[in-house]
Amino acid sequence: MAVDLRARLGHVELPNPITTASGCAGAGRELAQFMDVSKIGAVVTKSVTLAPRAGRPTPRIAETASGMLNSTGLQGPGIDAFLQRDLPWLLSRGARAVVSIAGGTVAEYTELAARLSDAAGVTAIEVNLCRPNVEDRGQVFASSPGASAAVIEAVRGRARYDIPVFAKLSPDVTDIVEIASACASAGADGLSMISTLLGMVIDTDTMRPQLAGLTGGLSGPAIRPIAVRCIWQVREALPGVPIIGTGGVATGRDALELILAGASMVGVGTITFHDPSACTRILRELEEELASRGVERLADVVGLAHDGRAATGRAPSTSARARRTS
Amino acid sequence: MTVAETQAGPVQIRGTVLTVRRLDAYYAMTLIAPAIAARFRPGQFVCIAVGGPASSTLLSRAFSIHDVRSEHGGTVEFVFEVHGAGTQWLAERRARDVLDVTGPLGRPFPLPRDPASCLLVGEGYASAPLFSLAGRLRARGSSIDFLLGGATGERVFGALTARRTGRSATITTEDGSLGIRGTVTDVLDQVVHEARTEVVYACGPMPVLREVTALARRYDIPVQAAVEEAMACGIGVCMACVLPVVGSDGVTRMSRACVDGPVFRGEQVRWDDRGTIPFDAFGAPGWEPRSRRAAAGGSGNGQHGRQSRGG
Ligand SMILES: Cc1cc2nc3c(=O)[nH]c(=O)nc-3n(C[C@H](O)[C@H](O)[C@H](O)COP(=O)(O)OP(=O)(O)OC[C@H]3O[C@@H](n4cnc5c(N)ncnc54)[C@H](O)[C@@H]3O)c2cc1C
Ligand SMILES: Cc1cc2nc3c(=O)[nH]c(=O)nc-3n(C[C@H](O)[C@H](O)[C@H](O)COP(=O)(O)O)c2cc1C
Ligand code: FES
Repeated sequence: MAVDLRARLGHVELPNPITTASGCAGAGRELAQFMDVSKIGAVVTKSVTLAPRAGRPTPRIAETASGMLNSTGLQGPGIDAFLQRDLPWLLSRGARAVVSIAGGTVAEYTELAARLSDAAGVTAIEVNLCRPNVEDRGQVFASSPGASAAVIEAVRGRARYDIPVFAKLSPDVTDIVEIASACASAGADGLSMISTLLGMVIDTDTMRPQLAGLTGGLSGPAIRPIAVRCIWQVREALPGVPIIGTGGVATGRDALELILAGASMVGVGTITFHDPSACTRILRELEEELASRGVERLADVVGLAHDGRAATGRAPSTSARARRTS
Repeated sequence: MTVAETQAGPVQIRGTVLTVRRLDAYYAMTLIAPAIAARFRPGQFVCIAVGGPASSTLLSRAFSIHDVRSEHGGTVEFVFEVHGAGTQWLAERRARDVLDVTGPLGRPFPLPRDPASCLLVGEGYASAPLFSLAGRLRARGSSIDFLLGGATGERVFGALTARRTGRSATITTEDGSLGIRGTVTDVLDQVVHEARTEVVYACGPMPVLREVTALARRYDIPVQAAVEEAMACGIGVCMACVLPVVGSDGVTRMSRACVDGPVFRGEQVRWDDRGTIPFDAFGAPGWEPRSRRAAAGGSGNGQHGRQSRGG
């Protein structure tokens, strides 16, 4: 049985829900050696900045149990090179481009949104809010409802009306629902979660922190339960807001777990470093997982875990069908 | 990307283990991997997923390819030292086990257009890629001298082969158990003179590569050095493996060792600035595009892919 995998990113329809996670796929070119980037729902690019950035010193990574820390510091060539080289390439490959943007001020985010709106072919903008706000003593935007809302409002105001704007949220906050609500009220067409959690590793031989940047973002299967919890809480509070769920997805089963929690799309990040064709494998596995449960449409299981009627005893296929016909 | 480019690029395959052998202090693993063998050029490496399907060690492990052969449709061999959990797991694999392998990755050793007197310098397991390189150089009429080192005799990889196939082979060990007591850099000067070296190829730990480059530079001999930076993906997407490299346009970029290297021109690597972001590196804090001048002068793009912002 072929499962209808179509997913919606705001008003844009995607052929399926699997996307790359920002920063784990460059702008798609390297992964295209191992998979067809037009086959997945969308390529979410590494966060693009206005000016080129050299990033942080090495060592930038540390492997941890079922995960890793990274402190790469958004190394990248900047928006000009992205528009000249990366975006046209993605489009030439028939890929859908969700462009992640990162700034240090509201004005920078706004300018990035303007530049992307002037370029043809951007499917959506993902606003990486996990960046230090240089106008507020380096406080991370994503940790403040006010700062997050200010960025989203400005970006939504400047981005072309037909480009959906997604806010990427950090799990490193006391109440993610508060931030999510602030972004939704500020006009976000959807939310993307989670980014990495701040962690640290000390090398017990050198007795010094292992990363040159001292701390780094934790990602990989180790954080999946946190992603599921965040998606669950936000879906519970804001059932109408679409979510790109990301965090520790390594298999189709993992993707289904995030979808059941409330994600309409699923980002695949760290596992790509283990398996460069992970996105297409996970897409295939997800379809098999759905088919084996008798699910005909992906949309029927988005957030299904919240549905009291799906609880113990009932076959998911029955409740999926019940939901669709109700 | 053209069809030809696609075919030349790396592939991800399921490789069947043919043999795992002990070689003194190291292990040699041979995999059946025809598509990788067919694309291989000396200096390239493979990335291997370790720990099995439920592994908690997610990052790919990189290994230089020692050699490829045509048997079984194409095999790939690499030589490794047990370092931590991942290499321990690899050492425990047996014939017919299947591994997830990606390769061949990275920029290979460039070969001189005309026959040249080539010195191949290696330390420890890192010498492994020098032997397939020697084969290709010899086929083009170059002469090969080897300079191989290790902490002890059993940690010098390929001493016998070097003696058998090289015009000369100099061996150093730190404990004096084989060849000259000392390190490769202690005797480099002398070997370069005796062999009338025109090109140096070097593999080994970063301090060795730095010293080899510094010595060769004194005599104006070009060095091709294969670096070993910690990697997470091996394919150019994670930005873990960067080091400061000066492009042909004179601009320093944080270049990825996995795709822009692992082989770099020694003179272009800023060895002393490894582990830092030099203040004049492309995109460093406070960095200003020099591109107005560069664009006006029509200077070429860096060989490392990143373009400066233009005028
Ligand atoms: C281009 C390249 C070629 C290499 N070729 C060889 C080779 O031919 N033979 C060989 O024995 N080793 C080689 N190495 C080093 C090899 O990748 C590491 O020894 C191996 O990853 C260690 O894994 P582990 O799980 O045993 O060690 P652990 O210490 O448990 O590994 C933990 C993490 O650190 C990384 N790491 C640890 N040591 C190194 C290192 N020296 N270099 C890079 N990453 C490291 C691992 O990839 C992993 O992510 C090469 C490395 C690179 C980058
Ligand atoms: C090396 C690396 C770089 C990343 N870079 C970015 C980035 O540029 N922008 C961003 O929004 N998230 C970035 N992330 C976070 C991922 O997009 C993702 O939210 C997080 O890693 C959790 O998903 P995962 O467990 O599947 O990796 C990065 C993660 C890693 C591991
Ligand atoms: S190892 Fe990931 S970019 Fe080089």
